[in-house]
Amino acid sequence: MNRPIRNIAIACLVLFVALMLNVNYVQFVQADSLNAKNGNKRVINEEFSRDRGTILVDGKPVAESVKSKDEYKFQRRYPESNLYAPLTGYFSYVFGRGGIENSQNRVLSGSDNRLFVNRVVELVSNKQPKGGSVELTIDPLAQKTAADGLEALGKGTKGAVAAIDPKTGAVLAMVSQPSYDPNKLASHDFAAVQKSWNDLTADKDQPMVNRTTQQTLPPGSTFKLVTAAAALENGVVDNIDDKVKAGSTLRFPGYGYTLPNENGSNCGGDEITFERALNVSCNVAFGGLALKIGQDKLAAQAAKFGFGTDPLEGLSMNPSRFTSADAKLEPPQLGQSGIGQFEVAATPLQMAMVAAGIANDGNVMKPYVVDTVRAPNLRVLDKSRPERLSEAVSSSNARKLQDMMISTVQVGTATSAQIPGVEVGAKTGTAQSTADRPPYAWFVSYAKDGDDEVAVAVLVESSDTARNEIAGGRLAGPIAKSVMEAVLGK
Amino acid sequence: MTTPAWVPRKRRGAEFFLTVLAVFIGIFAYAAVGLGVEGTIPADTYKLGFALILVAVATHLIVRRVAPYADPVLLPLVIALNGLGLAMIYRLDLGRQQINPDRAAFANSQLVWTAVGIIAFAAILILIRDHRRLQTLTYTFGAAAIGLLILPLLPGIGRTINGARIWVSFAGFSFQPGEMAKVCLAIFFAGYLVVKRDALALAGRRVLGIDLPRGRDLGPILGCWLISVGILVLQRDLGSSLLFFGLFVVMLYVATERPGWIVVGGLLFGLGAYFGYAAFSHVRVRFDAWLDPFGDPDRNGQIINGLFGLAHGGVLGQGLGQGSPQLTPYSFSDFIAASMGEELGLTGLMAILLIYGLIAERGLRIALTCRDAFGKLLAAGLAFSFALQVFVVIGGVTRLIPLTGLTTPFMAQGGSSVVMNWAIIGLLLRISDQTRRPAPEISTFDSNDETQVVKLS
Repeated sequence: MNRPIRNIAIACLVLFVALMLNVNYVQFVQADSLNAKNGNKRVINEEFSRDRGTILVDGKPVAESVKSKDEYKFQRRYPESNLYAPLTGYFSYVFGRGGIENSQNRVLSGSDNRLFVNRVVELVSNKQPKGGSVELTIDPLAQKTAADGLEALGKGTKGAVAAIDPKTGAVLAMVSQPSYDPNKLASHDFAAVQKSWNDLTADKDQPMVNRTTQQTLPPGSTFKLVTAAAALENGVVDNIDDKVKAGSTLRFPGYGYTLPNENGSNCGGDEITFERALNVSCNVAFGGLALKIGQDKLAAQAAKFGFGTDPLEGLSMNPSRFTSADAKLEPPQLGQSGIGQFEVAATPLQMAMVAAGIANDGNVMKPYVVDTVRAPNLRVLDKSRPERLSEAVSSSNARKLQDMMISTVQVGTATSAQIPGVEVGAKTGTAQSTADRPPYAWFVSYAKDGDDEVAVAVLVESSDTARNEIAGGRLAGPIAKSVMEAVLGK
Repeated sequence: MTTPAWVPRKRRGAEFFLTVLAVFIGIFAYAAVGLGVEGTIPADTYKLGFALILVAVATHLIVRRVAPYADPVLLPLVIALNGLGLAMIYRLDLGRQQINPDRAAFANSQLVWTAVGIIAFAAILILIRDHRRLQTLTYTFGAAAIGLLILPLLPGIGRTINGARIWVSFAGFSFQPGEMAKVCLAIFFAGYLVVKRDALALAGRRVLGIDLPRGRDLGPILGCWLISVGILVLQRDLGSSLLFFGLFVVMLYVATERPGWIVVGGLLFGLGAYFGYAAFSHVRVRFDAWLDPFGDPDRNGQIINGLFGLAHGGVLGQGLGQGSPQLTPYSFSDFIAASMGEELGLTGLMAILLIYGLIAERGLRIALTCRDAFGKLLAAGLAFSFALQVFVVIGGVTRLIPLTGLTTPFMAQGGSSVVMNWAIIGLLLRISDQTRRPAPEISTFDSNDETQVVKLS
């Protein structure tokens, strides 16, 4: 009977070798992908009880982990709560992560590959692993000023402010209102977290939506900057002194529709200069230009400024659009699109990129919010480098556009943004949506003071201010001005 | 000229040394659990340690006294596994009660069952001085096996837990008779096959290259197998069904030395698996969970959690008391291998598998060296069923094969399992002692040159 017993012994050996190979496969080969699976509570627990890295703005924490006495050992805190919530996002046991907490999670949690050596050292010295820190590009004064400006319009004001450095693309301010308190989601009292989450998601004002990057709305007259750029780039207009057709209405032969100006004005004549058309935000003139440029070239110009893409580094951004996909515009629709209506929809950050591209002599820089990533020992792991997204317009055309924006501030609709001794260019917008909703007030501007530059886009969706008073220049202009002053140190 | 007969060394000193090591593995694991969960070494560590040492020394002394030639490696291996299992069950008690303080603690009862198991082990060694005496009770064990398997089906005492009717609850105790039935069946098969092996192998007809035995030789054994498997299908216990079938086929193969039985067994198994898949929804559920556990994360939560635990443990493990094995349902019984993998890592789980492998191979080695056919068959059957059981349960937990419910020997929480596994080790040691003991000195008529008969040609 010995031969069968030997064979059985070999069979048993095969069984055990199979078991051993399999546990090697699961615990070594598959481990990373299993750890990354959704709903893996072990990994969530571990990250939640780790000394997570800090998110810094100008050296001060806007998200930090402090020791707590419960089983999770650390509590995530947001000292500036609502002000930086659109950037930091949240870090919740129950609901996961959002914002920078999510996009920079590997660094903050310490699991980034660049922190591997740290992890080994911590393992050997039996210390709790620590996460790296993330320094944002935000200018704290500009951020605060922008938020104060929106708040000054009264409670219930919905709006957003995005400011970027035209030369680098660094985001200097990113304010969205109403905002929320991420501390309430990071709490270890999970029942309270659940309730806060329910309240926030049920709120029709959507406080957890970052309005600077995630909400696209008709940009209205501020889009005339894109139309103007397309007109210059495509030779429809050569100089800012060239005459363009104006008048009180734009007719579309064969269609019953006519495009009027705001308040029924005639823009100052049947023919006015290109510059004046922008100064007074003449719908008839820009509608007519859009028809001359054509849908394809206007769409291409918008794309050069970043429409249709998500160029933002470090946070997610909804692409802005010129038309919905594959739409073939009829002339009245094209005319409306030329003044930022119909299907045109943009995020405030996208409109800031338009102003920044013009201010930076036509070069649109890739926007980013993370400046420096550091290891727990403060060694720099990564520092963002400015990167050009595209050349939206030639530098000579950019200068023409700058001149037109400057004169709009000096004599046009945007006088509210004047800063003594500083070169300021701007464009207002008042976009219509439906009759029962108040229009959106837009203000897109840039300022240069020596080497310092800033581009700002302000959106005010609604406020307690009466409907007839709403106009980009009056509501949003002063906010843009104060943010530019804050950045330039005026 | 006489050649001195080869006398196997007893190796009891080696066994003692290994036993001490094994005991310390258990004690250190217990202390590490305290450090990991609560930050301090449990206050009763020295008490537990003292008790463990006492039990180990007592066990060792019993073996030294009644089975001095027994295999020296099995006992330390088993003590190491049992100690690790106890520490892990205690650790999971703490972890599970952190989630919900009302959850039952199992460590103490497991400790008591371990003691009962060691008593059973000692009793077998002391009472059964020669394993061949079991052969006289062949049919008694066969009947006992069937009786034990029927028990859970009886109204009143049978209990259905997690869909399988394999429990008997009696006077406050509940146990799984299947474990005991396995040992009884192994004894029955061994006893029966020893008598019939020649008839099975030689008498009969050859069909398709396989020698089929006569019906009257095969009848009783096939009937016994059919009854046991039938009962298991009724009880919905896939794991035991597979285990018993494997035991039956392998013992038949060893007894007859006909590899054809393995082929027949394999075909029968494939057929059974196919019909099981087609006929029973719970078999389908297990099978689908094996192929694609993440296809239905809610239903397959246990296997997914087990895999998450293993992955979280990684190569070196989280350390005892520092992982989250309590998140997995039945982390203390069916999934204790995953709990070990999470806290002791790949390294620890490989060591545990190695220990299991060594136990199985030592058992087969006993079978190989055993001098009597009954002992050979019994040892081979017990060792193989042990290996198969480990393969089925740990393979299921680690998603090598579909998950079926079987206990992890010596580690999983569960009284009947611990006691019967200790009994198996007792039987193996008994056979091994018989095997390695030098043959009793036959009354040698002292060969004397003067009186030697010389054949004259």
